[in-house]
Amino acid sequence: MSGSQDVATVTQARLETTASRLRELVAHLRHQRAQLREEWARLITEAKLLTAMTKEEIFAEATSVYDNYVEALETGTYEALQAYARNLSERIIPRGVETHEVVGIVLLLRDVLARSLFATYHEDFNKLNRILDAYEPAANRIAATVAVGFVQERERIIREQQEAIRELSTPVLQVRERLLILPIIGVIDPQRARQLTEQLLRGIRTNRAKVVVLDITGVPYIDSPVANHLVQTVEAARLLGATVIVTGLSPEIAQTLVNIGVDLGKMNTVGDLQGGIEEAERLLGYKVVLMQESVAQSA
Amino acid sequence: MQVPILKQGAYLIATVQSALTDEDLKQLRDTLVLQVSKVRARGVIVDVTALDVIDSFATRTLRDVAYMIRLRGAETVIVGIQPEVAFSMVKLGLTLEGVATSLDLEEGLAYLDRKAKAHEREVRAHR
Repeated sequence: MSGSQDVATVTQARLETTASRLRELVAHLRHQRAQLREEWARLITEAKLLTAMTKEEIFAEATSVYDNYVEALETGTYEALQAYARNLSERIIPRGVETHEVVGIVLLLRDVLARSLFATYHEDFNKLNRILDAYEPAANRIAATVAVGFVQERERIIREQQEAIRELSTPVLQVRERLLILPIIGVIDPQRARQLTEQLLRGIRTNRAKVVVLDITGVPYIDSPVANHLVQTVEAARLLGATVIVTGLSPEIAQTLVNIGVDLGKMNTVGDLQGGIEEAERLLGYKVVLMQESVAQSA
Repeated sequence: MQVPILKQGAYLIATVQSALTDEDLKQLRDTLVLQVSKVRARGVIVDVTALDVIDSFATRTLRDVAYMIRLRGAETVIVGIQPEVAFSMVKLGLTLEGVATSLDLEEGLAYLDRKAKAHEREVRAHR
């Protein structure tokens, strides 16, 4: 009984000493702020990190990172640092700063601070040890926080860009009243197929289209689930009262469609985009006549 | 929930206002098929814009309506199927085969007008 109590007391005492050591450490870092900050900025330039930024910018960022770093050490909470890391990443990623640079500068700061601790406490080896015990876990955690913040921000940007590319990859264009074309280029994966269906059906509704030309000249091949999806899209479009003309089927795609046993009565296909648009115009009742011919006719 | 059926010129227009039970659907079918010759309609429009779901029973009933009305000498067009509804129907294999569909009421009316004109031409050519 008294044993467990002892353990609790010892843990408590250790926690308290860790806290007091961290306090001492923070006081030391505050005191040496100007000098250490300069040393760090110098090392960054020397190591040729953050080359995309000017010296003044590096110094300004170094100052805020330093202050945030000390604050995280002092309070033991990492939310503010995390927010700052995210904000910093947002600013420097567009300028081409790489992951290794961000990790590099944080590790440099850790080294600079450790060196300064060595210099201050080198006479009292035991005390140095205890201070490092308190400092190292916190410093490592800070380095990880900043690095993770940076990577997360990059991933967020990549996700956004992927979304943008996907949006761009299925344009719905109106060529005439009631006539849309959807040129598809590149491989259609299941997700893109879903998006294509959505865009096509929504496009029919918003543009009040009667005929849609789906041009897949730029699609090298499709697998059978996607082929099925395509056929279903054509049928769904019919339920909205629109006709879909598929153009530019490659021999491979034709093979796939035949293999899944497509009902050719439901699928309207024309060889190329030009033929598809001409067929669509016929369905809509347009007649395209050469200028000279029409003049000759009226004369 | 009864579906109101309006007469507009030579056409009957049934506008579904909310989700229908199977009973409602059967009643709609019977009323439409009965009414179509009573008022000598040339076409019937069933507007399903308000439906979020069209299941297999609804699809079959709509198809039956269209076929029965054709046998009674008129044309049917289903209008206003929502894009999401259309795709989930197709996924379930419900394609309303042989039934005319249009985007909305306006398109449906235009379709019936075209049909009527084509019919007239045919009759004239026959004479």
